[in-house]
Amino acid sequence: MVESESDARATTDPALLRALRAALAPERVKDDGATRTLLGRDASIYDHGVSGPVCFPTSTAEVQAIMQIAQAHGRAVVPRGAGTGLAGGAIPLGAPIVVTVTKMNRILEVDVENRIAWVEPGVINLDLSKHLRPHGFHFAPDPSSQQSCTIGGNVANNSGGPHCLAYGVTNAHVLAIETVLPSAEVVMLGGIDPEPCGLDLRGVFIGSEGTMGIATKIAVRLTKNRPVVRTLLLSFEQIRDAANTVSAIIAAGIVPAALEVMDQKITQAVENYVGAGYRKDAGAVLLAEVEGLEAGSRIDANRIGEIGRANGAIEVRVAQTEEERALLWKGRKTAFGAVAQVAPDYYLHDTVVPRSKLADVLAKVYEIADRHGLIVMNVFHAGDGNLHPLLLFDARKDGVMERVHAAGSEIIDASLEAGGVLSGEHGIGVEKRDYLSRMFTDDDMDHQNRLRRAFDPTCRANPGKVLPSGHSCADIQALMRVPRGIWV
Amino acid sequence: MTPAAYEPELHEFAELVGSDGAIAVAGGRTRWSLGGELDSSAHVVSSPSGIYEYIPDEMTARVGAGTTVAELHAVLADRGQRTALPERGGTVGGAVVVGENDVCMLGRGPLRNSVLQVRYVSSEGRIVSGGGPTVKNVSGFDLPRLITGSLGTLGLLGEVTLRTNPIPAVSQWFAADSADPLVVLDALLAPSCVLWNGHRTWVQLEGHAPDVRAEHQMLNTLAEFQEVDGPPRLPPHRWSLPPATLNKPDPGWGQFVAAIGTGLLFASQPRRPRAMNPAIAEVHRRLKEQFDTNGRLNPGRRSGSC
Repeated sequence: MVESESDARATTDPALLRALRAALAPERVKDDGATRTLLGRDASIYDHGVSGPVCFPTSTAEVQAIMQIAQAHGRAVVPRGAGTGLAGGAIPLGAPIVVTVTKMNRILEVDVENRIAWVEPGVINLDLSKHLRPHGFHFAPDPSSQQSCTIGGNVANNSGGPHCLAYGVTNAHVLAIETVLPSAEVVMLGGIDPEPCGLDLRGVFIGSEGTMGIATKIAVRLTKNRPVVRTLLLSFEQIRDAANTVSAIIAAGIVPAALEVMDQKITQAVENYVGAGYRKDAGAVLLAEVEGLEAGSRIDANRIGEIGRANGAIEVRVAQTEEERALLWKGRKTAFGAVAQVAPDYYLHDTVVPRSKLADVLAKVYEIADRHGLIVMNVFHAGDGNLHPLLLFDARKDGVMERVHAAGSEIIDASLEAGGVLSGEHGIGVEKRDYLSRMFTDDDMDHQNRLRRAFDPTCRANPGKVLPSGHSCADIQALMRVPRGIWV
Repeated sequence: MTPAAYEPELHEFAELVGSDGAIAVAGGRTRWSLGGELDSSAHVVSSPSGIYEYIPDEMTARVGAGTTVAELHAVLADRGQRTALPERGGTVGGAVVVGENDVCMLGRGPLRNSVLQVRYVSSEGRIVSGGGPTVKNVSGFDLPRLITGSLGTLGLLGEVTLRTNPIPAVSQWFAADSADPLVVLDALLAPSCVLWNGHRTWVQLEGHAPDVRAEHQMLNTLAEFQEVDGPPRLPPHRWSLPPATLNKPDPGWGQFVAAIGTGLLFASQPRRPRAMNPAIAEVHRRLKEQFDTNGRLNPGRRSGSC
């Protein structure tokens, strides 16, 4: 627990700072208001974080020392990568010690024989795949933030991305994790062998959002680059036709590398922004990618084209050159940048529904946004049924945040009613903490809490995240006692 | 979602398990002694069976844990699909709580990645649901990963939702003598299986027919690979090793078949005991304490045994 009022208030507790600075280096422990304010936020719309001292360790031993000091001073600890998370998982609650792993950014070893690479948690996702390219491999999870997000953050959130349809999310690509437990012991979770002994602690650690310890070294699985990649752009008059095409492709026994849908509004915004070659008159576009060998990938690409036409595609285009393919993907990957021309703020949602319900749930999403007077754009991992409604707004307008949250809440209900789940890849963090009870019973959440407590009996690791109020480690009493305004 | 939405069989199973007395679930007993002998005081029950929901378009199947893997795979095969579960005469629940992979895990994928949702009865006799019904989900802490491989020591599995996968159009086995198995693995894009016994190499190729033909031609540039009926018989003892060690036979293995590229080894000699880090053992102890305070679930078995 974050024990007491005095602990929470004493961000500039001289003894704590002295201990941290002695363990790391004075310049790598920051306590100035600007840094603490900056690190009080992440890429989510939540801005109520209160950071304590901010540490920049460079080694496992330093992370361990921080954990020991946190214990001695009764402080909580929040790990942080690049801060690109969208659910508020890295937001510090109750003035904890923030452990930023961005200086632990070395690729330690590429072990092609074992098909793994050992990396530190601060390595940038895209840098890793670039590093692996000469070896003929890549790291499969590719979140939209891959130019800036870290592998440690991917582990914390069990991150996904467009190409997780065929290859799976982060949990399928991380084999072993050196971890500093909340007890400050350093252990290896999992292993590079296929069936390490004991329970799959590695598996439960991934996606636990920093509540079970801090990853300091990660063994990632290498995925072989495919010799042939075919990218198709299918244009539709109606988004329903695009959604039905996605269902029909999977039903036909094809599991493409990626199936991404963009609705008319986002397609137009992207086209105005980067000129990716999308049809502005289309009601929706579907970006489909198949990979593999020459003949098989052609068979799958042709079949996808046929399925698209049978479901009302007005155009099926196969990228003919690597440049054309790259441009089609540039459109998809810059979608979130493109919306800035439409509104100054956005709230990116993340739920999953059965693929066959995509069209119906999308219709509800439009209706919900319309009723709340908000613009909504949809760009999403359709192959997984992973919706990403993007609610656009101007936060300066009175009452708009209430409408945004109300619409978000209704989108969650619509997804759950369709047999879906709360989050596909962004995690729960603080964003969906209070919605957990809409998907899980008290018994379910009680067992999730037991799992978390087995790793962190004293609730020292990122308290206040994932589980709602009423479960241990959820209630940050100290935060409530922090006098308003003293931190910024 | 409410508990009332659970299958009636799951409620009956929870009543059967109750909240006191030593208890265990028997599946096909194909791995009955794994993790230690069951205490003789334990009342042995069966978990519910039946395929409750199979949606090929969603690539998911929700089944009672007592359903046999063979029955499930027969139903899936009718719709051109399969799962990552190994077929050896046991039940779906048994396969999940044991957590062992199919020998062809290169093609089938690791079992632990295919378990989307679990419903189990707790030590207190309560029904607990973890994970979700969709192919992608990061909602809450990952109870399916915890239960997979837990040997029934943390909860008694009643129902599982699995991810299914399409069965490729063509599936063929080839074999040759004197082929370097690591060279074979590197030369192929995505073989479903590469097995090696120190002399002979077996390869399973799956996919569209022209791709399988092209990969077979690639194999024939390395050695003379002939089509064969299937894989060799596997020796009884299962080892788990770093993948790169499998092409360096150890006399301690005895006779062996190595699943190249995975680290799975089937040997005539039992594997050497592995030591568990004390801090990891302590997390195991706390998990058992949290989930089964009175030690009534599968007494005598330890999921942390190495």
